[in-house]
Amino acid sequence: MNSIYLKRFRVKWLNRIVLELKRQPRVPVDSKTISPNVLSDKPLEEIAVLEIWEGNRQIGLGELFNIKGDTGGPTSDFHVVVSGDTRKIRCLGYRMSSGLLKIEGDAGMYVGEEMCGGLISVDGSAGSWLGSKMRGGSIEVFGDAGDHVGAAYRGSHEGMTGGQIRIHGDCGSEAGSWMSNGTVRVEGNAGMFPGVHMCGGIILIDGNCTGRAGAGMTGGMVIIRGRMETILPSFSIEQIRKRVKVREETIEGPFYVFRGDVGGARTGRIFVNVATNPQLIWCEKYLEAW
Amino acid sequence: MNAGRILRPEDHVNDVEAKTATTRSGVGHSVPSTLTTGYRYTKLGYTTVVEPATAPLKTKHTHEELNDIPILDKACFPVFGNNWLVMEYLSEGKLEECAAFVTWLLRATKGYAIKLVNPGGIEAWAWGKNVTSLDDQVPHFNITPREILRGLCKVNRLLNLPHAIHVHPNNLGKPGNFQTTIDTMDCLRDLREDRPILHMTHIQFEGYGGKDWFSITSKAPEIADYVNTYDHVTVDMGQIVFTDTTTMTSDGPFQYQLHLLNGNKWMNYDVEIESGAGIVPFRYRRSNLVNAVQWTVGLELALLVNSPWKVYLTTDHPNGGPFTSYPRIISWLMSKKAREAVMAKIPKGTRRRTCLESIDRELSFSEIAVMTRAGAAKALGLKHKGHLAVGADADIAVYPTDPKFVDPSNDYRELVKAFRNASYVLKEGEIVVHKGNVVKSTNGRTFWVNATAQEDLLSAILPELESKFAEYYTVKMENYLVREEYLGRSDPIQTAL
Repeated sequence: MNSIYLKRFRVKWLNRIVLELKRQPRVPVDSKTISPNVLSDKPLEEIAVLEIWEGNRQIGLGELFNIKGDTGGPTSDFHVVVSGDTRKIRCLGYRMSSGLLKIEGDAGMYVGEEMCGGLISVDGSAGSWLGSKMRGGSIEVFGDAGDHVGAAYRGSHEGMTGGQIRIHGDCGSEAGSWMSNGTVRVEGNAGMFPGVHMCGGIILIDGNCTGRAGAGMTGGMVIIRGRMETILPSFSIEQIRKRVKVREETIEGPFYVFRGDVGGARTGRIFVNVATNPQLIWCEKYLEAW
Repeated sequence: MNAGRILRPEDHVNDVEAKTATTRSGVGHSVPSTLTTGYRYTKLGYTTVVEPATAPLKTKHTHEELNDIPILDKACFPVFGNNWLVMEYLSEGKLEECAAFVTWLLRATKGYAIKLVNPGGIEAWAWGKNVTSLDDQVPHFNITPREILRGLCKVNRLLNLPHAIHVHPNNLGKPGNFQTTIDTMDCLRDLREDRPILHMTHIQFEGYGGKDWFSITSKAPEIADYVNTYDHVTVDMGQIVFTDTTTMTSDGPFQYQLHLLNGNKWMNYDVEIESGAGIVPFRYRRSNLVNAVQWTVGLELALLVNSPWKVYLTTDHPNGGPFTSYPRIISWLMSKKAREAVMAKIPKGTRRRTCLESIDRELSFSEIAVMTRAGAAKALGLKHKGHLAVGADADIAVYPTDPKFVDPSNDYRELVKAFRNASYVLKEGEIVVHKGNVVKSTNGRTFWVNATAQEDLLSAILPELESKFAEYYTVKMENYLVREEYLGRSDPIQTAL
């Protein structure tokens, strides 16, 4: 599979700005201004005084980052590079709608929150709430991601509604909660509750899943290619499928297809790989009974 | 409020206020934190607010929150309409004992007025039922909502309390409920005095015609006619605005119906022998026909009631929308153009069901001043509020607009801006807001009514009350009482029989 990021990176980027972290912040930093939308049309002096919050202190962007590069071109061709140990920097790419954001180290929480277009690439790992409430665009993480990938905020019923997230490593719990559209692909393992309350869209897990996939789901698909110990009792076996299509790609199985959650509309589906899950063979007798 | 805050983290996350030199930080859109509530009201130019329904058992906490709200003067109304002891006294015809009990409870909770929420209905909800008319029997009590209303109205008259009884009637928020509303107002007509004896609150939620949600219509003209004809009743709007908000009322069965309607998360509460409560987040949508009708009903009522002394501006915060939308509501009342701008965006079916389009009235600045300040102060019986004569508190709001030069019907956007950020707000003579910023944070007073009762009756019912406490409540009476030291700045209002 080709990386989403590398495919687009072949384009020659004319406008490029590099934000290099000067010092390690002691407390979390809320930096909602770091996105191509905000930065592309501003001169460097103006960027240096953009407001960010370090804990309860408001500081200028220039106090925390060395800013180099050119600005002024169209946002769609604009390239923002963030380098340094940015684990405490939150909300990178907040509400971004076009352009490219490259994070060279590990990123903090809320990367690409509410983003609706463009591309974010994280070379290291990302914190929790990666792409939460995302509406469009793409995120690619080369390391691991934390909990709540593409999820709704706590208490909210509006999760990811579009776009795609690809994680080359593992992800934590509750990926894609309340998700209604879009694709999440985890090439490593996933934690508990992927697709909890989801009502549309696709979650594809190439590795193993700790369990309880699709709790309360009313639509969409969760596909698990690795091992998942048990399926929730609120799901029932429907059929065995040889392959499943995810957007343009066909994933070869065969897969057990479960339908649920019976607590809801029973319109969600979980695909679990037959070959890697011999412990689920019991469900085949219910299939024959149908 | 705290339960609402717990239920709605997503309400806080996008509305955050940082601390400044004079103010502390806070969060929340429809259920803001206490300090933010105080600052935002003050910035809008309001200096007195009332918590209109608090279960007596929970009033200790209510006062804790009120103490925490800066700058504003506060009061709270305990609920009486489903209290077992009130219902017992009234069903036995012991009106004077009931009056003594009301006095005791107002003193015990440091409350200000008698509030009734769905009289009889919340008690029925404890059995999974509701009352649907004034003459339904309350389960296990030999009493009807009509008798509770009349009984407490007589008690209010007997005690000569500063405010009328404050009523959230039965059948709230149901299509076709306007008849219950008119019945409620009419059942107290013969008790009228020289001043209003009944305040019908958030009347917008009570003015619907039709059989179900599909056939809902506005019955605002009928209600406005009644309010115009008789002098014993005042109302407030309970206007909705199209936004995401949190509905929270003491009316448990209504909240359950709302939860069934929108499928959103729901919290229910039963307060021992006194009351109940429910919380459901709700989004009023401009594209929704029912919500659009609700929006017009509130405005129709405010515009069709002739006297601004009889109808007051509210959103029933946070049920119809947060109080921060007052400036927009003022613009709708003062400008037909502003109303038409919204009318153009709501479903066309609304026009057939309502009459807002045909109303040309545009309120003047002085009428708005009465609706938001003087009228409400008069209804509450706060003699030192709502005017600038000798003896009044120097609570003054100055807005960056000049009534001589501004044309509210055309420049309504300017008006909203002006009303959002007062130039100056004075509280008790001190400048607390300058150019839309809180420059000084003071502590407001808490008003409560120290009613005079027949002391012999009061001492007669006390032993009985103590035994009832032991029998019914999970708390001891000593822990139930809110002592005066508990209030930040206590300001008792003495009444005479």
